[in-house]
Amino acid sequence: MSNIKILLNGIIKENPVFVLLLGMCPTLGTTSSAINGLSMGLATMFVLVCSNVVISALKSLIPDQVRIPAFIVVIATFVTVVQMCMEAYVPALYASLGLFIPLIVVNCIVLGRAEAFAAKNRIVPSIADGIGIGLGFTLALALLGATRELLGTGRLFGLTLMPEEYGSLIFVLAPGAFIALGYLIALVNKLR
Amino acid sequence: MAKLQSTLPNMLLALTIICVGAGAILAGVNILTAEPIAASKAEALQNAIKEVTPPFDNNPTAEAWKAVTSDGDSLTIYPARQDGNMVGVAVESNTKKGFSGEIRVIVGFDNDGNIINYNVLQHSETPGLGSKMEEWFRTDKNRQSIIGRSLASGNLTVASDGGDVDAITASTISSRAFLDAINRAYSAYQGTDASTGATSPN
Repeated sequence: MSNIKILLNGIIKENPVFVLLLGMCPTLGTTSSAINGLSMGLATMFVLVCSNVVISALKSLIPDQVRIPAFIVVIATFVTVVQMCMEAYVPALYASLGLFIPLIVVNCIVLGRAEAFAAKNRIVPSIADGIGIGLGFTLALALLGATRELLGTGRLFGLTLMPEEYGSLIFVLAPGAFIALGYLIALVNKLR
Repeated sequence: MAKLQSTLPNMLLALTIICVGAGAILAGVNILTAEPIAASKAEALQNAIKEVTPPFDNNPTAEAWKAVTSDGDSLTIYPARQDGNMVGVAVESNTKKGFSGEIRVIVGFDNDGNIINYNVLQHSETPGLGSKMEEWFRTDKNRQSIIGRSLASGNLTVASDGGDVDAITASTISSRAFLDAINRAYSAYQGTDASTGATSPN
């Protein structure tokens, strides 16, 4: 499988949110607006690519029986790096996403790709896989965030597209996340 | 290279090396980011104080002191001075009566104890309902604005509790909690001599 194919595979065929249904906690929790969804997706992608590279490079040094703790340490390190950099350089974003950043550690997409792909493949395909799955996740979160923001508040990336009265508050709240996600999954599976 | 076998020394060695490496990276990033993090926090506080007090030329964070509220808690008060004269204070207050989690606000009083402005620093109220408090209580409509009000004659309470502040529609609990934070701020400020700001700094 060529690297391009691996990359596209993560975006469409094995889209982590719409097809694999992984990482539902950050998906539902952070997508109250398009910008939040997009940022969370990018943060996860960064962690995913870095952890894939390191795990792929270290795979023959990690004995099988302790591979999970080793992966978790690697992933947690990158998550903490992201968190500290975000707090230092984009405090506004950190204020709205801060709570969810540490949760990337237990995001099953990251550990799942480490276990299923990076631990068995060489570095370059692992990078392609990280970017592909990361882009798929980012795309899904941004799409869900945009849908919820538009239907809930009439805005898109903070720009008012229709009066707020036309929005339905439920889409900003938790039940709306489930409803919007359900319809998006149906739509993506129809188009795929 | 052949994969390392899962023997005890191998496992110990692999995990130790990975943890040491991770620790080193984190220590490095921490050193790099500690300063910007502290700077951005200080700047956020400074901006919040600026928003709720009249123009000042001192450094309120350097002159801050702790004041005791009527319920025994203590809040931080930031004095704003222009040419050495006290023009107002910003009080960082909080309440645990919110609908979900702590609400932290910063509220400014002028020398007569009137509310100048407020700013919600942190809350986790329901988006679209309780979260409206960020704007609601300074919107000049009916009796919902608290800007310019004086607490000298008693605490602010919502209309459904017999007070004269209109609560946020469908968010009476959040409104009550917000006013509680304001009332606590005033009770801390009251213990201070308004004209000079003289109190026992601790």
